[in-house]
Amino acid sequence: MRLGRTLVPVVSFVVLAAVVAVVPSFVSEFRAQELAYVAIYLIAIIGLNVLTGYTGQISLGHGAFMAVGGYTTAILMADHGVKDIWTIPLAGLVAGTAGFLFGIPALRLSGLYLALATFAIAVSMPAVLKRFEGFTGGGTGINLFGIPELTASLTPVEILGREVAFNDWLYYLSWSIALVGYVVAWLLLRGRSGRALRAVRDSETAAQSSGVSLARYKTLAFGVSAAYAGVAGSLFAIATTYVNPDTFPIALSILLLVGVVVGGLGSLVGLIAGAVFIQFLPTWSQEVSKSPGAPSVVSGALLIALMFVLPMGVAGLVERLRLLTRRIYHRSGS
Amino acid sequence: MADFLQQVVAGLASGSIYASLALALVLIHRATGVINFAQGEMATLSTYIAWTLTANHGWGYWPAFAFTLAVSFLGGAAVHQTIIRPNEKGSVLRVVIVTIGLLILINGLVTWIWGGEVRAVDSPFPAGTTEIAGVAITTADIGTIAVVLATVALLWGLFQYTKLGLAMRAAAVNPAEARLVGVRVTWMLSLGWGLAAALGAVAGMLAAPSVFLDPNLMAALLIYAFAAAVLGGIDSPIGAVVGGLTLGVGLNLIGTYVDFVGADLRLPVALLVILVVLLVKPTGIFGKAEVRRV
Amino acid sequence: MSPLLVLDAVEARYGPVQALHGITLDVAEGEVVAVLGANGAGKTTTLRAISGTVRRSGRVEFAGKSLRGGPEAVARAGIAHVPEGRGTFTELTVHENLRLGAYTRRERSVRSDVDRVAQWFPWLHERAGQPAGTLSGGEQQMLAVARALMARPKLLLLDEPSLGLAPMIVREIFRIVRELNEREGLTVLVVEQDARIALRTAARAYVLEVGRVALAGTSGELQENESVRRSYLGY
Repeated sequence: MRLGRTLVPVVSFVVLAAVVAVVPSFVSEFRAQELAYVAIYLIAIIGLNVLTGYTGQISLGHGAFMAVGGYTTAILMADHGVKDIWTIPLAGLVAGTAGFLFGIPALRLSGLYLALATFAIAVSMPAVLKRFEGFTGGGTGINLFGIPELTASLTPVEILGREVAFNDWLYYLSWSIALVGYVVAWLLLRGRSGRALRAVRDSETAAQSSGVSLARYKTLAFGVSAAYAGVAGSLFAIATTYVNPDTFPIALSILLLVGVVVGGLGSLVGLIAGAVFIQFLPTWSQEVSKSPGAPSVVSGALLIALMFVLPMGVAGLVERLRLLTRRIYHRSGS
Repeated sequence: MADFLQQVVAGLASGSIYASLALALVLIHRATGVINFAQGEMATLSTYIAWTLTANHGWGYWPAFAFTLAVSFLGGAAVHQTIIRPNEKGSVLRVVIVTIGLLILINGLVTWIWGGEVRAVDSPFPAGTTEIAGVAITTADIGTIAVVLATVALLWGLFQYTKLGLAMRAAAVNPAEARLVGVRVTWMLSLGWGLAAALGAVAGMLAAPSVFLDPNLMAALLIYAFAAAVLGGIDSPIGAVVGGLTLGVGLNLIGTYVDFVGADLRLPVALLVILVVLLVKPTGIFGKAEVRRV
Repeated sequence: MSPLLVLDAVEARYGPVQALHGITLDVAEGEVVAVLGANGAGKTTTLRAISGTVRRSGRVEFAGKSLRGGPEAVARAGIAHVPEGRGTFTELTVHENLRLGAYTRRERSVRSDVDRVAQWFPWLHERAGQPAGTLSGGEQQMLAVARALMARPKLLLLDEPSLGLAPMIVREIFRIVRELNEREGLTVLVVEQDARIALRTAARAYVLEVGRVALAGTSGELQENESVRRSYLGY
């Protein structure tokens, strides 16, 4: 039984990795870039899933952690000549530390109040970024286009004997990190840590009385999720080759949470669905109507409708289908 | 000194706008336990409706004001009945997502109908200043404070002296017991949402002349309102008003006299207020400690 | 004459747990009827089933008509339910609590109703402006009954009035209940753990066990009953 339970996720993961590896050969460069962004959002959502899905803390401010990661990368690349790849773990570290530090006072807040506090952070972040010009380049931001630290930006890079242009390079970079990130999260959440985190989500008092150190797990969860967001932000900066205070607006933070909820908390399928949703929703909404504002109307209406129809998100739907197929299977078997 | 007093009065004027929106947030949270992230957008929509009536259909300011209040009231009640109520039993996250969906939807709706340009809006109050105790105070500031005070007084009268107000208060604090005496609790809650929407409309209409009318009119104002509500106590109506006025005066004075802050950092200062209050005394100045059922 | 209140094979559940397995009882106009039983027997649930606070199936008739709907509708039909734990609005004043009791009545009659009710609880006038939460347990219980009376109900449902109160106060409350019944003809269905005082106040009683009616009879009969004496009266 044990083997069966781990076998399915592992096999599906391997299949996914294989699919990811071959897709760029079949799609245009533009599409590859879009898919790269899906991976970036996926990284952020994986982190947010650890926070919200597992410890039940609601954050409307993860765009701010992405901003921390993105600006770390930009500053390191532009002002200190660090190659882009090496900035990524550093960005994750800085953002993770920021998240952990925020997690400490955040312990006092719950539910709506935490959502409110994180919302306020995300809204104020652009203003703060503008104010500390010397550091962040103020309103004009930092331009990364064409600088040598940016891999594959001027000339294609060589990987395994093949020449890879910028967009494809970005795709492979983002997806590799996303897949690794998913495995790391999966390992983190199995076993004791995962159970502890879930206990925190389901009932804080019960968890506490069972000896689970609430504070440790909640702040850790914040740190981890912020680190993921930082990595995502770093990749985002590399992808857009430019950061300024408006690169990471409150809308992004909202979209991240929306992505987690739409995807549904927990499963990989759900998370990928959420990331796809974030990347393609604006495009799809524009298909419906090109007039300004209409995409938002569609998005908002869709979101509300989803809460009525699929409150557990895509993952919930998948879970329901899985239970349904299992029931059918059992019935036909006996 | 005169300068200082002017800043104080100006702060009171902007503070009363924050107070109005904060009161809306408090009403809704008290009654339904929800933080309505869409409160600002609803207020923006109301403001656009008022503006359209006066600018495109030749209505007088105050008739448009009154009509907008009525429409906002109905709209708020409708939103509660149709969208919020079915999701009330779900998780906190679900309700947050619903109000955020509403935020996105209404923001888009406003842009869709009226376009995204920034517009200048006339103030209903005559320009110029009056002298009070040797200090020149703009008529607009006095008017703003007066309108909000009148609104708050009316609400106070409603809640303290009428049967309906009593029922609404009962429904907010003890819904189960209220049902037992015959109060239709769900309707009371919708009424609460309606009143909150009307309050938001007041805030929006008063803010528009100075902040200019565009789809993001209320975004920053919402944060200030949150700060005011948290400062005063998220379940205390008095707290919302006091918090709003205090915040308005405080932000104005800090913005004027502390160079580092200037005009840009007022928003982060408000954020700081939210964080500090939530950490030091989460129930705010007037709030009562929340007893949570284990 | 048909009874004022009839319950026939009423079932009720809390989610997956069934609490009532078919309760049948009736209350005639002008009667005081008690519902006894141990913790978890379903006494409170029975009252909740009547007032519509919990989902139920089975027949409930009040004043000859089928009783349907949630608590708001039941209150309008003329049933006042004083819940377990008093159900006073602790943040509102004593006077406001009373006004709320009269919610289903027209505004004009409320003032005189307060005076009428204050006859039974004279101290209400002095404490009118106090928040109800500052009253003692016994006073809150009396306030809850007073609030119920404001509605001029045809039937009063009383849930465990003795809970958490000193014996002297409990006796006072039941004395008032009995007087209300004798002088004003108020019909009362009272749920009680304290079987002794309940049987002394009520004319008839039902004993519930595990969601069913185990015994029924007049108070006299039940006071003589062997198992009742052993289980609920302590001798």
